Amino acid sequence: MPRTSVAARRRPAFLLAAATALLAAGAVGCGQSGGSSAPEPSASASGDADAGVLGIRDPWVKAADEGMTAAFGTLVNDGDADVTITAAATDVSPMELHEMTMKDGTTVMQPKQGGILVRAHSSTVLQPGGDHLMLMDLTRPVKAGDELTVTLTFADGRTQTFRAVAKPFTGAQESYAPGHGDTPGMSATPGTSASPAA
Amino acid sequence: MSDSPTARRVSRRGLLTGGALAAGGALAGGVAVADPPWVRTASPVPVAEVGTAVEPFHGPRQAGVATEPQAHAAFVAFTLRPGTDRAALGRMLRLLSDDAARLTQGRPALADTEPELGLLPARLTVTFGFGPGFYTAAGLHAQRPPSVVDLPAFRIDRLQRRWSGGDLLLQICADDPLTVAHTQRVLVKDSRPFATVAWVQQGFRRAAGAEPGRTQRNLFGQIDGTANPRPGAALDAAVWVPDGPVWLRDGTTLVVRRISMNLETWDLLGRTDRELAVGRRLDTGAPLTGEDEHDEPDFAATGPDGLAVMPDFSHVTRSHVSDDRLKILRRPYNYDGAPNPDGHADSGLIFASYQADITRQFLPIQQRLAERDLLNEWTTPIGSAVFAIPPGCAEGGWIGQQLLD
Repeated sequence: MPRTSVAARRRPAFLLAAATALLAAGAVGCGQSGGSSAPEPSASASGDADAGVLGIRDPWVKAADEGMTAAFGTLVNDGDADVTITAAATDVSPMELHEMTMKDGTTVMQPKQGGILVRAHSSTVLQPGGDHLMLMDLTRPVKAGDELTVTLTFADGRTQTFRAVAKPFTGAQESYAPGHGDTPGMSATPGTSASPAA
Repeated sequence: MSDSPTARRVSRRGLLTGGALAAGGALAGGVAVADPPWVRTASPVPVAEVGTAVEPFHGPRQAGVATEPQAHAAFVAFTLRPGTDRAALGRMLRLLSDDAARLTQGRPALADTEPELGLLPARLTVTFGFGPGFYTAAGLHAQRPPSVVDLPAFRIDRLQRRWSGGDLLLQICADDPLTVAHTQRVLVKDSRPFATVAWVQQGFRRAAGAEPGRTQRNLFGQIDGTANPRPGAALDAAVWVPDGPVWLRDGTTLVVRRISMNLETWDLLGRTDRELAVGRRLDTGAPLTGEDEHDEPDFAATGPDGLAVMPDFSHVTRSHVSDDRLKILRRPYNYDGAPNPDGHADSGLIFASYQADITRQFLPIQQRLAERDLLNEWTTPIGSAVFAIPPGCAEGGWIGQQLLD
């Protein structure tokens, strides 16, 4: 089982999850504001999926020059049936579905067995410190401000694509060391995407 | 982009009940009506709604120019990194525009690491400016508005590099300082792959609602900004570029000057001399020939001694402009650093003026002031920068898109 480079303690990880959940909840709440014509925020307008299996709210990917990175967002299931994501794909990297879990007092990352479940009339948040879509080995840099097209495959064989904007982000370090053993401190180097050109 | 954006009602209650904060509806009736950016807020925002009040982000013109000035501001200038070319600028401005679009509407930025700080916009505006180097980096020399070049050197200048120049400017204004700080943090973080921070100037006015309808005061105690063009046709004529290609029309220009104000030597002046230096009463702001702040000064009037009541050397006399199209819109903020060990102040003004054309409007005024404005005795320009303010963007668009796409 892969381990993270950061021995995250339980409480900070929980707080991060709570904060991001608040973010996601705010966005969803906006969309539900009384059926008004209040439009969606601009970047997510391009990032939101077309009418698909799921609503994809506020998708983003951590900018990185090479190696691994991860994609996040809120998956909204307005349907009457549970939905399970079984795979994700992009043209810049092989992808895996990952989860973070506590093991022996540290947070570790591992492939999500059985895929990512989004229950009917519910939503699932993909966030740093939680479930995420892992890009395992970039074939080219994902630069800040780039838009990445991601294709989700569901258990019933359907697929859905969405676009995620690349954000400079120094957190989500747990995404960077699966299978590399304990290498504290290595996380500062990859993924900072310091060069605008490439 | 849309030609007729309408003011948007943003239901703060609707936003907040989606989050974890508003259990019990703590913000009863928190509905803010947002004016278009070129319309000044007619009446002050009630104190209870200061935090939730919203200024629009999208529209043909950028907010933060004609917007009634907020209480707090940060002017953040960047130097583009080598290699930040036209394509990279597009990616940068998409990110920054999205951050601004969300935060100004009371939504956390995408991947906001402190999302709770993004929920109270307090009339937040983020105004983007492009310095001369921006056009060079983009390879778009021909699209740089001609008057957006470094100002000529003035006799009175003592410019410091640490307060001067810049390829990109973000003017961040809100009625809440924590909102300004968080917004600055988010925007700087998203800029880091593309640019370094050249300088930051943080300033303030009276707190929101403290002195409704009053022209602001600077740290000399002077009412500051009386001569601004009135909101509406006069302001529009002075500020906005009325025609031209889409990347120019509905834009403007910004001059930012850091003016150190020497409170120690100002202290040596009596009240009469202070009023003569500026040409206005300190209490009401009325010209020395008038009763009310907005009375037109009478430069022909003479006193019992036969001298002009409005001295030729007074600030008002030197800077006076009658033609609205030649006026400038001053939108300054005060700064107040820590006194030195001797108790001498580090205070001044972040002078910010908007005008359609710097050469036609700002420079003649500045030249007259530099030649002979008694206030120069107590004020020293220590920073200077110029920026083009591109037009706004519609929903789904981004600032600079007309230029870079």
